[in-house]
Amino acid sequence: MENLEALTQQALAAVSEAQDVAALDQVRVQFLGKKGEITSLMKNLGSVAPEERPKMGAIINEAKDQVEHAISQRKQLLESAELNAKLAAETIDITLPGRAMQEGSLHPVTRTIERIESFFAGAGFHVMEGPEIEDEFHNFEALNIPSHHPARAMHDTFYFDAGRLLRTHTSPVQVRTMEAQQPPLRIICPGRVYRCDYDQTHSPMFHQMEGLLVDKGVSFADLKGILQEFMAAFFEKDIKVRLRPSYFPFTEPSAEIDIEWVIETPEGTKTRWLEIGGCGMVHPEVFRHVGIDPEEYTGFAFGMGMERMAMLRYGVNDLRLFFENDLRFLQQFR
Amino acid sequence: MKFSEQWLREWVQPAVSTEELAAQVTMAGLEVDGVEAVAGMFSGVVVGQVVSREQHPDAEKLSLCQVTDGNETFQIVCGAANVRTGLKIPFAKIGALLPLKDGPGDFKIKKAKLRGVESFGMLCAEAELGMAESSDGLMELPEDAPVGADFREYMNLDDAIIEVDLTPNRADCLSIAGLAREVGVLNKADLTELVINPVQPTIDDTPVIEVSAAEQCPRYLGRIVKGVNVKAVTPLWMVEKLRRSGIRSIDPVVDVTNYVMLELGQPMHAFDLKQIDGGIRVRMAEQGEKLTLLDGQDVALNADTLVIADHAKPLAIAGVMGGEHSGVADDTQDLLLEAAFFAPLAIAGRARNYGLHTDSSHRFERGVDYNLAAKAMERATALLMEICGGQPGPVVEVANEAHLPKAPTIHLRRARAELILGLKLADEEIEDILTRLGMQLTATSDGWDVVAPSYRFDMAIEPDLIEELARIYGYERLPVRLPAAASPLARVAENRLSMGDLRRHLVARGYQEAITYSFVEPQLQKSMDPEQAPIALLNPISAEMSVMRTDLLAGLVQAVSYNLKRQQSRVRLFETGLRFVPQADGQLDQIPTLAFALTGNRLPQSWADTDANVDFFDAKGDVESLLARTGTLNSYRFVTAEHPALHPGQTARIEKIGVDGQWQQVGVMGALHPSLQKPLGVKQALYLVQLDLAAVRDIAIPDFSELSKFPEMRRDLALVVSQDVQVDQVLQAIRAKAGDYLTKLNLFDVYVGKGIDPDRKSLALGLTWQHPSRTLTDEEVNDSVSSVLAHLNESLGATLRG
Repeated sequence: MENLEALTQQALAAVSEAQDVAALDQVRVQFLGKKGEITSLMKNLGSVAPEERPKMGAIINEAKDQVEHAISQRKQLLESAELNAKLAAETIDITLPGRAMQEGSLHPVTRTIERIESFFAGAGFHVMEGPEIEDEFHNFEALNIPSHHPARAMHDTFYFDAGRLLRTHTSPVQVRTMEAQQPPLRIICPGRVYRCDYDQTHSPMFHQMEGLLVDKGVSFADLKGILQEFMAAFFEKDIKVRLRPSYFPFTEPSAEIDIEWVIETPEGTKTRWLEIGGCGMVHPEVFRHVGIDPEEYTGFAFGMGMERMAMLRYGVNDLRLFFENDLRFLQQFR
Repeated sequence: MKFSEQWLREWVQPAVSTEELAAQVTMAGLEVDGVEAVAGMFSGVVVGQVVSREQHPDAEKLSLCQVTDGNETFQIVCGAANVRTGLKIPFAKIGALLPLKDGPGDFKIKKAKLRGVESFGMLCAEAELGMAESSDGLMELPEDAPVGADFREYMNLDDAIIEVDLTPNRADCLSIAGLAREVGVLNKADLTELVINPVQPTIDDTPVIEVSAAEQCPRYLGRIVKGVNVKAVTPLWMVEKLRRSGIRSIDPVVDVTNYVMLELGQPMHAFDLKQIDGGIRVRMAEQGEKLTLLDGQDVALNADTLVIADHAKPLAIAGVMGGEHSGVADDTQDLLLEAAFFAPLAIAGRARNYGLHTDSSHRFERGVDYNLAAKAMERATALLMEICGGQPGPVVEVANEAHLPKAPTIHLRRARAELILGLKLADEEIEDILTRLGMQLTATSDGWDVVAPSYRFDMAIEPDLIEELARIYGYERLPVRLPAAASPLARVAENRLSMGDLRRHLVARGYQEAITYSFVEPQLQKSMDPEQAPIALLNPISAEMSVMRTDLLAGLVQAVSYNLKRQQSRVRLFETGLRFVPQADGQLDQIPTLAFALTGNRLPQSWADTDANVDFFDAKGDVESLLARTGTLNSYRFVTAEHPALHPGQTARIEKIGVDGQWQQVGVMGALHPSLQKPLGVKQALYLVQLDLAAVRDIAIPDFSELSKFPEMRRDLALVVSQDVQVDQVLQAIRAKAGDYLTKLNLFDVYVGKGIDPDRKSLALGLTWQHPSRTLTDEEVNDSVSSVLAHLNESLGATLRG
């Protein structure tokens, strides 16, 4: 049986020398396979004396278990090394930038309009739109601005012919809505408007947002309330709102909307009032033009420039940037 | 309107500072645009007089003067051309502090040596004292200026010029009297009323006045003043008040009429009596009548213009501007003074029609107090006589009561005031405010009957009074409340894609939103859409912005070009807005439209991707992704088309099937025509898409269909067809014959090249069938494939690739 001992040692040596799973398997076949060298010893038990057989069988089995155990351990070792090698080979530089489509963004004016729409949607206001080439009636007369009214000079209107013009405000949308629907009405009217004026601080085309609320019992106090709420929502801070008496033919009482703007300067914090829009109680003459009874209903309207609001919100310092469509500008509003 | 604070304070003396005064009137609706000092800060300047003047021994342009301050005589070297013996001037003595021309701070006058001669002070021009932007020579003071007096005190220079931006309804504040009334109301302060006594006539001469246009001129007053010295000098106080109101002194007669206009608000005019032929006729102009105006302009009058004429010719455009011929001249001795009330509607817009805007037209258009003319006439006569002497005749007034405005009686209901203001004001408060505003009140059961004063043209209806209550009570003191909660939940239509979703869809696909002008340059418009004449503005800002866009592409191409020129080679922009398309019947369609443009690399340059540029199919993929959102992608198709601005081989018309089964164009897309690339400043392939918004915003509400539990069957076909067969034809042919259970049809390869007839192309297609309620058999699917292949071969000459 020295033979068995030598064979076992030989097998164990072969196991520890196997460098991969395939080589190990060959070792297994060589010693433990059907025709394996250790297996053959078992087969040869027949030639051993019967009384010796159980003892010899147990010894061979023990040797076989020993080799099998060694193979299994070696296999585990080899497999885990292989996996580690594979994982190492698959390692990537995770700091490489992702494979992505570059997204665009909304124009800051649209972004501003959408934000404001969402505030008012929450208070039950509907967004209404209308034509930009308008007639005198909807842009002026229905708004209590007859043809020779000095207020027309304030509007710097672009004309196409005697009857057609580019709307100077989105108020005609209010008129068209009131013509089509009876109160209660809660609408906001965003859109492009046009004034024949072009310099550093005026663009011949800009965007306005107007709001209109018509119902029973609506008062100037409601107007003050909603404007204050709106400014706080828009600037996300409590901001002082001041209504200053003014004149528009389509509202009475009328007011300019001022907000208190805080400016940080090297000399310290300064505040000043900034005019950002106009508002007032709807003039009964406007109601009459659209067939709403001014005795039964009252309402307020307000309007403001969207470029101005966007400039204040995002710190843009030049109105002209809004219409140059320079990607370096637009991409700042992602 | 600009006014002098001192002048105002002659009329009303509220205990408020200049700053407080400005804030107060601003918050009353008279917006203060600016407050500026009438002169710079300076001290040590007195009224001096030049005693003698001689040439500087060593400088041709300098004078050597002896100047007195009443006590002492000083030697001064002066460079001004108008310095002369006897002249009275502002004299800055040694130690005087003068303002620096630019910016804050001052400089001190010291003894100096000029070209070897000592000078003990400085003679001043207006600009050097901060009284004018620039001046030509020394400021010349009147002969009666008291030598030695402090110049600041003498000139009353501790005064501010306040500029108010008045809204068109507040014509009553276009005068010191009106502003004082308003300030008095705000401060509950009484006015120091000007006492104006009628001037007693010393001659009997009266003008002949006929008013044929009584509706336009309900009141006309004329007075003859004879023997007027037009060479008299306007007194300093008047010149200064005019100057501080932004009006230059011209001659004493014009100065007086301007002064009365500023003081009381009544525009006036003075005619040279000898130029008036027969008498005054106030009438409408005859069409085409000629008149040379005071500013030298020759105008042909329109028949809608009210004129002051004599028996032979027009003399003036009423309420706007006088004529040159009948104006006051050097040789004028006798005057006809005019003070009238012209109806606002008769004057409105007329000045503008002649390219004019005058202080007079500005006031008459907005409304001048119709009871003011007589008072103004007396005031002007008295001032005129004070300055120029003369003998006044009696005032002749032609008035037509029927056409004079009547102050309406306005009923004010206390409940209405409470409703509008959201605040119940006490009756006493309401009565106090309205009374202070000059209104007459009569109590009624539910409020008051109110009659406004004749200067308040803006008081006509109840809300006018309510606004006055709010204004004087103070907008800031009015209550704040939130409107009652809104109506029930908002109903948002699900079958309409919101603009926000649509925009974000494109943003997620890499597009930047642009906003371009709705008006474009005509030539650009024409190159993008030559067949459609655009609608043009009558008064454009410039030629570049003179016609309305008929498509959105022109503006986008311009924006792309702008960015390409700024080293941005990869540009994707979209815009939504109206395009303006004139119709054959004269109507104008304003069509909500979406357009986008893409050029440059498909993806931003990256380690992970190739540098391939976008092509037609990138654009089409973006269109399809949008159309897919409608849930009805199959109701759209792309048809080979032509467009003058697009590449003839890469242009598609996008069509949608209507409810009537007809295909209708809803858009166009393609590559910018290569011949337009250079002229439009886009030197690389640019793909453009334009879609009617309505066509992409109608979306289907999802409609659930049962999921099949049975397996799919797929067959791949490699077809060879002629190059000129369009893939769409092949797909349609397959759909037509593949049976009801074809669920997917996918083109996964197009091959042209080796192994294929050069005139043909190979298409690899995947067809997938699935039955909702059973397993399809191989036989069924094979039958479908056979019939598809037979049909393809028959209709399109397609064969299976060998």
